[in-house]
Amino acid sequence: MAVPRFWREIPNRYNLVGARCGNCNKVLFPPRYICPYCRRMGKLEPYRLKRRGKVLSYTVVHIAANGFEDQAPYLLAIIELEDGPRLTAQITDCNPDEIKIGDEVEMIFRRMGEESQDGVIYYGFKARRI
Amino acid sequence: MRDVAVIGVGLTKFGELWDLSFRQIMMEAGARAIEDAEIDGKQIDAMYVGNMSSGQFIRQEHISSIVADHAGLVPVPSTRVEGACASGGLALRQAVIAVASGIHDIVVAAGIEKMTDVLTGQATGALATAADQEWEVFVGATFPGLYALMARRHMYEFGTTEQQMAMVAVKNHHNARFNTCAQYQTEITVENVLKSPLVTSPIKLLDCSPITDGAACVILAPAEKARKFTDIPILVAGTGQASDTISLHSRSSLTSLRATIEATRTAYKMAGVKPDDIDLVEVHDCFTIAEIIAIEDLGFCKKGEGGKVTEQGETAIGGRIPVNTSGGLKGKGHPVGATGIAQAVEIVQQLRGEAGKRQVDGAEVGLTHNVGGSGGTAVVHVLRRSD
Amino acid sequence: MDVGIVGYGVYIPWYRIRVEEIAKVWGDDPENIKRGLLVEEKSVPGPDEDTATIAVEAARNAVKQAGIDPQGIGAIYVGSESHPYAVKPTATIVAEAIEATPDLTAADYEFACKAGTAGIQTCMGAVEAGMIKYGMAIGSDTAQGAPGDPLEYTAAAGGCAFIVGKNGSETLATIEDTYSYTTDTPDFWRRDMRPYPKHGGRFTGKPAYFKHVLSAANGLLRKLQLTPQDFAYVVFHQPNGKFPMHAAEELGFSKEQVVPGLLAPKIGNTYSGSAMMGLAAVLDQAKPGERILMVSYGSGAGSDAFSIVVRDTIEKKRNATPKVLDYVNRKVNIDYAAYVKFRRLLVK
Repeated sequence: MAVPRFWREIPNRYNLVGARCGNCNKVLFPPRYICPYCRRMGKLEPYRLKRRGKVLSYTVVHIAANGFEDQAPYLLAIIELEDGPRLTAQITDCNPDEIKIGDEVEMIFRRMGEESQDGVIYYGFKARRI
Repeated sequence: MRDVAVIGVGLTKFGELWDLSFRQIMMEAGARAIEDAEIDGKQIDAMYVGNMSSGQFIRQEHISSIVADHAGLVPVPSTRVEGACASGGLALRQAVIAVASGIHDIVVAAGIEKMTDVLTGQATGALATAADQEWEVFVGATFPGLYALMARRHMYEFGTTEQQMAMVAVKNHHNARFNTCAQYQTEITVENVLKSPLVTSPIKLLDCSPITDGAACVILAPAEKARKFTDIPILVAGTGQASDTISLHSRSSLTSLRATIEATRTAYKMAGVKPDDIDLVEVHDCFTIAEIIAIEDLGFCKKGEGGKVTEQGETAIGGRIPVNTSGGLKGKGHPVGATGIAQAVEIVQQLRGEAGKRQVDGAEVGLTHNVGGSGGTAVVHVLRRSD
Repeated sequence: MDVGIVGYGVYIPWYRIRVEEIAKVWGDDPENIKRGLLVEEKSVPGPDEDTATIAVEAARNAVKQAGIDPQGIGAIYVGSESHPYAVKPTATIVAEAIEATPDLTAADYEFACKAGTAGIQTCMGAVEAGMIKYGMAIGSDTAQGAPGDPLEYTAAAGGCAFIVGKNGSETLATIEDTYSYTTDTPDFWRRDMRPYPKHGGRFTGKPAYFKHVLSAANGLLRKLQLTPQDFAYVVFHQPNGKFPMHAAEELGFSKEQVVPGLLAPKIGNTYSGSAMMGLAAVLDQAKPGERILMVSYGSGAGSDAFSIVVRDTIEKKRNATPKVLDYVNRKVNIDYAAYVKFRRLLVK
């Protein structure tokens, strides 16, 4: 991911800044620029989501995505956050045999990857079991 | 709006075609379709080419021109259509719309992917661009990983088992043995699947469709003119397409593809059919769980029972609703841009009664179901024998 | 001085490697090592952790415990000798991740293992001068020890963040005073572009660690007219478990005063976070009114000594976040192979 593309999403990736629609009150994450429920009537404002959620589904990835080879095998999950939105995230610091659907997690700050060995380092969110 | 019929089909061998280039593969499928339709290439009014990612696989965009050029058909209008793994199905739909509208008469719908000119890691990376780069791939999602998340949730909600998923692969490999164009010609067992290397739990290597080179082509004409070219025109009775969120996590259900349900509803309505009227289907089994979810969403069984009906043999040739008689993406191979067209080729051959050892007796109505990404796009066609 | 600690937070990675695992690889006698260094195991960062992520976890804990608006933080200093970038600050990453940007100053500090306490002093000065409302000083490291070097047994990972502010109802402890002792003593160094530090072996002891730690401690005691008996606890930089015990003895502190802040036996040497985390462990249990002496040490060489008096506010604040011992006890042991993979030591 090129530097500007990563950089402009730093608030979203570091601090789970999404959006809340002033019209329907729904919280949206990952960020959106039009409320999909209200469309033109929507009034989106930045909203920082709470860092708590629970596991809806998970997989242990053995054949890693490009750039994630050194982390394999790793846990990938869909998390439903307390504020409502769902996101895809790795679950870190966890024995893969111990994870269950419904487990409570907190979103934490971790190293996601790097542009190259001499490129920028990408940081973002992962989940950790509470 | 005019009725539209298929007057010719062509398919290349699917597999690792090391000695054939993108151009050669495309020309082979096209030539076969033209021969099958018994037309002269100069009669073609337009072409739509489904292709997911020539840019990443062969570093070549603008393939619409290459296809027209190498077919010797310039200046015919040629358009590339992209919707990830649904590119082929979308190209077919665009071709159908072009004929139905009356703008063009003889229209080619083609699909192609040349995937083995890059290393496997690069190919899977290219396929992953069908997922959300910002919010799925960035965090480490792989394509099989997204389907694994669906599979795990399906197991959790409905008790679907890894054995049942394996049975999809076993059936589709079995069907592929009767298809000379299929990539795999070997039977496998449930045990083979269960003991194959873990890709992303619960998905194992033999739950996955392979990386494949191949091309497919169908030629369409207005139904009223179709008899000039073929004795058994196959009517495109219904077409439906729908979109959904790019990210799996943004969907209200992880065990159902809304795009499939919506596209199917449209196609069924247009064709005036119900699931019971369908004699066979080609569904998008990029992973075994995808076939289980697809047969549920298409209405061939209740939600959650896709694994069970597979286990009971209802989806085998000779069963209640034969699924993926061609071998499907799993057994026949999955050259992504070609898949949607190849599905139509199989249904046409079946409805014509030309499917040899895998023939479904008396098949009159068939359906194709082609999915892009993890379900961001779905396109469904209902085909009917119209003699 | 009229400054104090508004909040503190720590973080220790989940993984540990035991002395036995490392000794097995090099043919060392683990019992000798454990006895010589007073270290049983050390913390190891996960494959997705580095000095920045550790600093962020500690900083977020500190902000939560302090209960302040992070926009009030006017300065962030991250001390480390393992910053993820050679050029590009860690402090900006932390500032962004705790939502303290953009109205603040930030910088990375480097002074071997005392870069974090140097940050505390900078914050004290800026707060006292009225330049900023709150300042955050972090010591965070994923320390490197060359494979086979004795350092490999102790070079650990962890971080600690302190928020410094004007003394008042918000401060959980007063920083009475600080005193530093600095000379040019090359006992441990890492040259540019080299992956691992070098050290002077036994030279790191008497002329380096002990000379600076003892001088700084004595300097501060003299300045404040205090004796070891005036302190409930003493915390030193902990390159191993043994050095701080010796230092305490030399200065006339008892074992009881030093043990509560002694973390090296369980987690190793967390470098820039080491003395600060020992202080945090003491603050986790100290009673209002108790006085703490903390002395850091950075090779090269220097020591910063601080005298800290616990205030009533501590009772209200310290249960908001995980305690040091929670992190010490939350662990999983890995073998040397996993350690090599996690530390990105495999040549590919």
